[in-house]
Amino acid sequence: MTLSHFALIGFVMTFSALPFMAKAAENKVTTFQLENEMQVVVVEDHRAPVVQHMVWYRAGSADEPKGSSGVAHFLEHLLFKSTDNLAEGELSATVAANGGRDNAFTSYDYTAYFQRVAADRLDLMMQMEADRMRNIRLTPVNIATEQDVIIEERNQRTENSPRALFSEQLRAAQYLNHRYGVPIIGWKHEMEKLNLSQAYGFYNTHYHPNNAILVVSGDVKPEEVRTLAEKYYGKIPANPDLPERLRTKEPPQTAERRLIFRDPRVAQPYISRSYLAPERDSGDQEIAAALTLLAEVLGGGITSYLTEKLQFESQIAVHSVAYYRGVSLDETTFDVYVVPSSDVSLQEAEDAMDVVLAQFLKEGVDPEQLERIKYQLRASEIYARDNVDGIANRYGRALASGLTVQDIQDWPEILQAVTPEDIMAAARSVFNREASVTGWLMREDEVTQ
Amino acid sequence: MSRLIAAFLLACISALPARTETEIEEVVSKGGITAWLVQESSIPFVALELRFRGGASLDASGKRGAINLMTGLLEEGAGDLDSRSFTEAQERLASSFSYRAGPDSLSVSAKFLTENRDEAVALLRLSLIEPTFEQVALDRVREQVLSSLRSDAKDPDQIARAAFDEMAFGDHPYSTQFKGTLDSVSLLTRDDVVEAHKAVFAKDRIYVGVVGDISPEELGPLLDKLLGDLPEVGAPQPDSADIMIKGGTTVIPFETPQSVTIFGHGGIDQKDPDFFAARLLNHILGAGGFESRLMQEVREKRGLTYGVYSYLVSQDHAATIQGQVASANNKIAEAVSVIRDEWERAATDGVTQAELDAAKTFVTGSYPLRFDGNGPIARIMVGMQMVGLPIDYIPTRNAMVEAVTLEDVQRVAKELLRTEDLHFVVVGKPLGLDETIQN
Repeated sequence: MTLSHFALIGFVMTFSALPFMAKAAENKVTTFQLENEMQVVVVEDHRAPVVQHMVWYRAGSADEPKGSSGVAHFLEHLLFKSTDNLAEGELSATVAANGGRDNAFTSYDYTAYFQRVAADRLDLMMQMEADRMRNIRLTPVNIATEQDVIIEERNQRTENSPRALFSEQLRAAQYLNHRYGVPIIGWKHEMEKLNLSQAYGFYNTHYHPNNAILVVSGDVKPEEVRTLAEKYYGKIPANPDLPERLRTKEPPQTAERRLIFRDPRVAQPYISRSYLAPERDSGDQEIAAALTLLAEVLGGGITSYLTEKLQFESQIAVHSVAYYRGVSLDETTFDVYVVPSSDVSLQEAEDAMDVVLAQFLKEGVDPEQLERIKYQLRASEIYARDNVDGIANRYGRALASGLTVQDIQDWPEILQAVTPEDIMAAARSVFNREASVTGWLMREDEVTQ
Repeated sequence: MSRLIAAFLLACISALPARTETEIEEVVSKGGITAWLVQESSIPFVALELRFRGGASLDASGKRGAINLMTGLLEEGAGDLDSRSFTEAQERLASSFSYRAGPDSLSVSAKFLTENRDEAVALLRLSLIEPTFEQVALDRVREQVLSSLRSDAKDPDQIARAAFDEMAFGDHPYSTQFKGTLDSVSLLTRDDVVEAHKAVFAKDRIYVGVVGDISPEELGPLLDKLLGDLPEVGAPQPDSADIMIKGGTTVIPFETPQSVTIFGHGGIDQKDPDFFAARLLNHILGAGGFESRLMQEVREKRGLTYGVYSYLVSQDHAATIQGQVASANNKIAEAVSVIRDEWERAATDGVTQAELDAAKTFVTGSYPLRFDGNGPIARIMVGMQMVGLPIDYIPTRNAMVEAVTLEDVQRVAKELLRTEDLHFVVVGKPLGLDETIQN
């Protein structure tokens, strides 16, 4: 059933400068590096004379200095202001005047800027993007106005949404010692204090060609990209003092964490459970592959195990979802959500969820279901070829999150090689209540029993 | 996209004379079903878009939400298959079917592989022609709809939307939300769902777009197999709606830090000869991303919001121009005031030649960017058919945009933008904003 879209797993991991309105194998992928160590990926699709030009920085909210949460995203907004060569707003105006669209987004591990435009305008896009890699010029007025904008953005995304506020608290509880526990958009009290020197500090530390990945997709030839990239990005010197991405590590979690979030605006209470889980690591993606399939088997739709047990065999839930996102620089989470039916309490729903998870650990994976999922994954590679920008995004995200081109290209086969035993081993290692966070989102007046 | 499309898109971008020959083929099946086809064989799959005119506006009186609920049940059991067997069959084929009800149409978007095309089409047919609407599935999906309606009732965006529509559209189906209400959906029976299916699914209202690895010779029989068993005629379409909303401000108190606002008044029909002039005007006013006047004034200069937009809503039975903005409770009054001023300024002083030129460059230059995949092209072709555009429209469209003059836009601005009729629905705890209704 697709009509009631409950935005549980669609929670937004990235923040854009401009909100979007109310929309492999055979695509040739070429990769190379410029002399200044800027990595380049070209994904060809010559069916239409359009390109997408993206620059990804290996710097996201989890790379921010303490006390300045939100500065990565704030800086992303400020990159649309002036540079030595471009007036305020000129970059976007120029893209629009060429019939293109541009935007940018920030996540925990990366910040990316992109334009979609006619293929013969690539030169101009690169010229402007290369310019703002090193040449932004910010004023106190920019800071003041844009600070108001990001606070309104936080109001819109987070303060106005009990689900978003709940999810922020859950992550904060999940990560005791890692910046993934701090929201990408920032804590409000720190956003209000962000200043010019913090913005420049983040910029000067991270915005260098040897910390960036250029991804161009569409109607381009790799040689053409190389020529243009050398002309515009190639002349920017690498920063020899680029800091290593040293992140604090989570200690082993030894005590279950629980929280209740109450808000009078809650219409539909639900349960969220997250478990710390390993991410995809370079040359070591097998466990992440098993977890990816585990999420599908358990909670990937109407034929999944949780749905069968909680929505068909019993009517405990109206929705149940399992979710795992393997592309992450550091330790990620495996999440389970259960939205109880109207006459079922959160306690009853959580108990039922735990019974079902325990039962799954005993019963194991239905091999026929696994085969269907693997076939769908193979087919998804065919469908993906129709969306070259999607492939480009996959490369950008993975390369900015510690993976290599080889890892990305190996991934489909690693997924196909996963066995039912691999999935069960991954499930047993992850489903450990001591390393979990359970949250209840409730109405203000509800009793907890 | 075929190389042919690529060639004509290139023509658009370089502003070369548009070629009249077209790569879209019209295919009429033996059974009389018409589809527009772009054959594109480089990837072994097909994207198929079906649209049934009327959609949720065909809900019977007192049965609001029946068509939406019915749509949600199409993949929940058909023929001999119950919901899980149906989904398993779909998974085995790695096809994807999605069904969506909307105010003007029910749309079906399907993708299937060449290697099992016949089986996928047979399965899709089953869901469209022989859904079982089992009571147990109905009750389950109804719970999901009710859950989403309960969420909507506490979502400021949805509260504003519902209030605006209620004020704007009188007793037309557009005045209520197509998902229905907690009361109406709770009372729907299996019979209501069966009736809803009969109302929508008929040959007299179907539009088809197909892009991908299939020839015209293969498509004809596929269409007959898929749709041949539909009845000829469905429920009558609703009449056109009168736009009832009057100028003013409505405040709906809601405990939340940021006020959400929807504003608008009557608009312009997509078939109106001035539609492109209106489109360019709207682009300048509030649809042009960072460059729009509203975005510049409300966000870039004053930092009052993350986003503010205006848009032309041309539906089958009503046309409106609307917009939205969200600002902190203590800033929304200023945002509303700036928007009113911009509305008035555009109506009174019009736009500049430079603004119009920039809007034209964008609107023409970005057109080819929409054709970015088999599914999107199939949807564009269905949309063209529904508004009655000719099959060779695509290469001629940008010339029509270019032909709009500054005088056209100034004239349309005066007619279209009526500050005295502009109504703001504000949901939140706005400071310094009073309710007013002008008569």
